[in-house]
Amino acid sequence: MKVRAADFLDYDQERGVYRENPEQLVRDDVEKHYWLHVVRAIIKDWRLYLMLVPMLLVFLFWRYLPMYELLGCFKVDNSVLSVSDQMFSGFSYFKRLLFAGDSTSTDFWRAMRNTFITSFYGLCFGFPMPIILALFFNEVKSNGARSVYQVLTYLPKFMSTVVMTSLVAMLVKQGAVTTNMGIVSQALVKLGVIPYEVGQAGLLNNPKFFRTLYQISGIWEGAGYDSIVFFAAIIAISPTSYEAAQIDGANKWAQMRYVVLPSILSTIVIMLITRIGSLLNVGYEKVMLLYNTNTYVTADVVSTFANRYGMKGEAQTGLAAAAEMMNNVIGMLLVIGSNTIARKATNTSLY
Amino acid sequence: MKRKLEITELIFKIISYTLLTIFALACLYPFVYAVSASISGRSQVEYNEIILLPKNVQFEAFSMMFKNNMFWTSYSNTLFITLYGTLWAMFTAILGGYALSKKRLLFRKFFNFFLVFTMWFSAGIVPQYLNYLATRKVFNSIGIMDDKWLVVIAMGMAAMNIILLRNAFEGVPSEVEEAAIVDGATEMQVLSTVYIPMSKSTIATVALFFAISRWNGYFWARQMMSNPNEHPLQVFIRLQLEKYTDPEQVTGWNEVFATDSAIYALIVCSIVPILIIYPFIQKYFAKGVNVGGVKE
Repeated sequence: MKVRAADFLDYDQERGVYRENPEQLVRDDVEKHYWLHVVRAIIKDWRLYLMLVPMLLVFLFWRYLPMYELLGCFKVDNSVLSVSDQMFSGFSYFKRLLFAGDSTSTDFWRAMRNTFITSFYGLCFGFPMPIILALFFNEVKSNGARSVYQVLTYLPKFMSTVVMTSLVAMLVKQGAVTTNMGIVSQALVKLGVIPYEVGQAGLLNNPKFFRTLYQISGIWEGAGYDSIVFFAAIIAISPTSYEAAQIDGANKWAQMRYVVLPSILSTIVIMLITRIGSLLNVGYEKVMLLYNTNTYVTADVVSTFANRYGMKGEAQTGLAAAAEMMNNVIGMLLVIGSNTIARKATNTSLY
Repeated sequence: MKRKLEITELIFKIISYTLLTIFALACLYPFVYAVSASISGRSQVEYNEIILLPKNVQFEAFSMMFKNNMFWTSYSNTLFITLYGTLWAMFTAILGGYALSKKRLLFRKFFNFFLVFTMWFSAGIVPQYLNYLATRKVFNSIGIMDDKWLVVIAMGMAAMNIILLRNAFEGVPSEVEEAAIVDGATEMQVLSTVYIPMSKSTIATVALFFAISRWNGYFWARQMMSNPNEHPLQVFIRLQLEKYTDPEQVTGWNEVFATDSAIYALIVCSIVPILIIYPFIQKYFAKGVNVGGVKE
């Protein structure tokens, strides 16, 4: 038998009788008529709930509706099948992408591998740069000089992806009969980094250089701006910590190791989580603007693969949607996973 | 007492200054080069005689672009999208963030999850494209034929920005709000007279984030806008780049400047307005990363 909370009676000392606890009565009432109370609370507070409406609609229409439409992409048009079978034969697309072994499947695996490699390189080279830069900023003691450095290094962040990629394309452009190759290519040829023919053919047409160009332009664009958050963590360290370390005879290296690093560790962890979380979320706009048919081998990532297959030929919408969905599901698991690990290990987490 | 620098500290300082200087110059150089190349003479650009300073100065590349009506159309389209897009996004985000910051909001956890989930998982390019196509159909059927409104209303919302606003509103002390309510303020008045003034800097930062993403928006604008008269600046720049780097398009080029100069001039024109407002917004831009939605 279920025991009702109201069965526990209060003893009224003044009148010498047992009576029901009024608070508990209210609680029971709320429990019994939960939805009624919800509706009443909403009506009473309608202004607050009205404020939510535009935001909810925007997210519903343009973030969640596509997720529903994603299911529609897997539909197989076959009049023999029943409607429910049409909806659920979607696994065939996944199977085809993963195991078919034809050119689409190899393209997909190539895109998957490129996605991993591109983001892994980003993690190895792109991630530490802002931290190093922040350490350098900390060495510049004069405020004026530091501001100059900071303003200059934030500058590329203000360009749009289109302008940035246009600049990159122009600086390493191919040479032709009438014009010379881009200025950066020319400098690299002079320094002996690349042979003349490679520079003449254009670095962006060479699959060997795509990843390098992608990472370097990424660092050039973002390292200064990304260093802000680390620099803020470093200047928050109290000078007395350095002094104490110096008295103990710590040289610069030891100060870095035992003073600076522990103080900015939580910031690094949080930034690392965000980074790992977006590991598979390679900026497709930038890739799309930089790559061409010559560099698909190293440049094509899953989103660009989906873009090519899904928007040009209608027949392959399902394949493209399936490819991207796999990518995004793995990405989501990575966010949740890295976040959980970070929470367990360091008590800092993002969500 | 001033301590003498230890040898390791000195070495580190020298390395810091050297590398910082190199990096800062590397950040600056492409811009300087772009300016120089856009105003240099044709053969000087084509044979890479420009290293830093312009040679054989001409302004024909700029004047050709200023005479191009499409340039001005795309510029005004970008201003339109940036202005209205930011206003619409801020309207939605401030109201939503305010409601989410209230402890008394029922199903608060659910609404928060509703937002955060979109940061974890997105449907992908293809369903999003189909969705925008359907949206355009709906918009056309209610008489909105201009795709600019599609870009303004349907695109560019970011859950992260709403969370930034929510956190800022949560930081406003509740006593101030209570005082306003005692004075008879309605919900809207509380928001506009207490919350918005008290979280001005976060609002400025978030507005800046929205404005920048609108100004820079390229991919969806290019996908969804079939009419070249609606193209924003970024799409225009890209189309020009594709045009001028295509050898077939530029055969018989007989201007006094190189094709490269035309592209560089366009790049310079798109960066200059940002450089002009840069000193004013840099403060908020730098602050933005630190107000983050991080929970300890």
